[in-house]
Amino acid sequence: MYELSNVTKTYEQGKRTVTALSDVTLSIPDGQMVAIQGPTGGGKSTLLQMLGALDRPTEGTIELGEANLSKLGDGKLGRIRAREISFVFQSFNLIPTLSAQDNVETALALLGVRSTLRKERAAAALASVGLGDRLGHLPTELSGRQRQRVAIARALVKEPTVLLADEPTGNLDEETRDEIMDLLEGLWQAQGLTLIVVTHDTAVARRARRRLLIKKGVLTEGA
Amino acid sequence: MFVTYLRRELAGRRKQTAIVAIGMALAIALVIIVNAVSSGVQLAQATVLGSVYGVGTDITVNLTPTAPAEGDAAGGPQKFDFGAADGTTADGTTSVSQARLSAGWGTFTFDQAALGTVSAVDNVSAAAATLSLNNTTFNGALPGSQTQGTPPAGGATPPDGGPDGAGGSSFNVDSFSVLGLDPADEAVGPLSAVTLTDGRSLTSTDAGANVTVLDSSYATTASLATGDTVSIAGTDFTVVGLVTAATADADTAANVYIPLDVAQTLSGLTGQISTVYVQAASSTDIAQVQADIEKALPAATVDTQADLASSVSGSLASASDLVKNLGLWLSLIVLAAAAFLIAILSTISGVTRRTREFGTLKAIGWSNGKIVRQVADESLVQGPLGGAAGIAIGLLGILVINLVAPTLTAGATSVAAAGPGAGFGAGGPGGAGPGFGGAAQAAATSDIVLSAPVTASVILLAVGLAVLGGLLAGVIGGWRASRLRPAEALRSIA
Repeated sequence: MYELSNVTKTYEQGKRTVTALSDVTLSIPDGQMVAIQGPTGGGKSTLLQMLGALDRPTEGTIELGEANLSKLGDGKLGRIRAREISFVFQSFNLIPTLSAQDNVETALALLGVRSTLRKERAAAALASVGLGDRLGHLPTELSGRQRQRVAIARALVKEPTVLLADEPTGNLDEETRDEIMDLLEGLWQAQGLTLIVVTHDTAVARRARRRLLIKKGVLTEGA
Repeated sequence: MFVTYLRRELAGRRKQTAIVAIGMALAIALVIIVNAVSSGVQLAQATVLGSVYGVGTDITVNLTPTAPAEGDAAGGPQKFDFGAADGTTADGTTSVSQARLSAGWGTFTFDQAALGTVSAVDNVSAAAATLSLNNTTFNGALPGSQTQGTPPAGGATPPDGGPDGAGGSSFNVDSFSVLGLDPADEAVGPLSAVTLTDGRSLTSTDAGANVTVLDSSYATTASLATGDTVSIAGTDFTVVGLVTAATADADTAANVYIPLDVAQTLSGLTGQISTVYVQAASSTDIAQVQADIEKALPAATVDTQADLASSVSGSLASASDLVKNLGLWLSLIVLAAAAFLIAILSTISGVTRRTREFGTLKAIGWSNGKIVRQVADESLVQGPLGGAAGIAIGLLGILVINLVAPTLTAGATSVAAAGPGAGFGAGGPGGAGPGFGGAAQAAATSDIVLSAPVTASVILLAVGLAVLGGLLAGVIGGWRASRLRPAEALRSIA
């Protein structure tokens, strides 16, 4: 469960201070599917990075379960990301020189999973997203839809408690968008994880059980 | 996983891998070639020095020249004095002849006890003394006494007598260099630099004997051969052997070699020597031996082979200077600029291009340490890849140099004398002749074929540089990657 209390995040841009998040207080129970909407530059991605333990707030606290993410060091944040949090990005962010199976394996590499089991789990994750026959393909040999599926397989292979998706359908056409969202929603329901989706797309946001709106760093509950 | 990632990255980013490896390879090849050529030039230099100073000689000891005291005639021009009764007269012509064996100009002698002093210095494995002399023979023919002086009254009688029968004179000066040396010392000194071509060399049993070994070039010029007799300071010596320089065209240190004790007696320089040749126990002892000799003999000039190297001239010296001054700098500049810098910049550039990749890996949970290790490992593999290619290119370059075998000319200054037959004519009408021939500085010249030897140390150096270059690039690139914060890395591509 996420607990955010009075979270503020500012950046220095030259002599100017930019406030990306302003006094955000939020609670997200385990297993909830949440959509975060807002205009470009409104603070969506910054909030997602705070939730994903990629950055610390300037002020306020962020707790994930027992862990206070705003106080932990880089090493401990890295270990939490490695075990509990997964990401799906708009640009897929696959390693271009690695095959689909190797890309999925990168999520298991730091968990002490033995090589044979790692390969088995990566293959199973790819099969679950419909890419069981594309294990050895490089990202450049896959379509956008397939690449995002590989990214989802990579996110889910380690069985995280939280899945953070940053514009997961931003680079996809409508048909593929629905297909990917069906996949994500199905996995969310099947695995009982917390799914937080940042999106511009209202059609995507409507799938969530809870919608949040963030504008100029200020968070409000959506309709 | 990490090995797979490393392998795929190196194979997948061939261009970057190739740029780093090629840069490294060219620099390492250059280092290998420059080092090999440098070694070749040093070997050539040692060959030239060996031909002049002796193969085993590490150090030479001479007396430091000092200005003569007032009234001191030592070192002045040679004179030949003839008394009224000297010479033989026949047919109105008086023939005179005189030979003198003395230290030549520029040669300073000192007490032979210095040899014992030098031999007693720690880490001196061998020492030999020599006495460098010039034998000058004056031969002349002049009108008999009855044909000289005031002409008879009336003055109509023309002069007669003399070699031209018209009252004229003719003189001839013959000069050659003589080196007195201890026949028992063959390991160090001038005789170690020569090759016996005929007869035998001097041996310990020759001490006190009037025997000589001639330089073969001088023997040819003077029409002398083994078994002939040569006159030195008016004393007949039997030629027991001929020697030639170890290298093709280099002169040996003297025209004539005789036992040291005989040379001292004939020249009147009993107990005197002009040079001590010293061999150190090992090359690492040379500096210590030089310092100790300088302390024991404060008045002496103590030169090492390194000092003597400055006397090497010609294209070998130019090549040596080139290697020392240009080649090493060039290799360092190229190494720094073309290899290390390219490797580092390329690695940093690669890290920058892979910002999204590293940001993603950090988001997945990869630690800084794992990412730094990944970048460093990639560079560490690229370095030896370049190193292996560099060694291959370097060896190829050395092979080409050895096949082309460029010839360098070299000269080393040594004291020598003009050959026989130099002389002058004077006196009577038409008596002008060629110039005086005497002791002079001569240059021993050699054509040395440059070879570039390959040593294990050069290969080890190349491997070390390759690893160092890869390590440096890896550390700097890895540090750069570790500085990427995952949020910033992902934000930069959002």
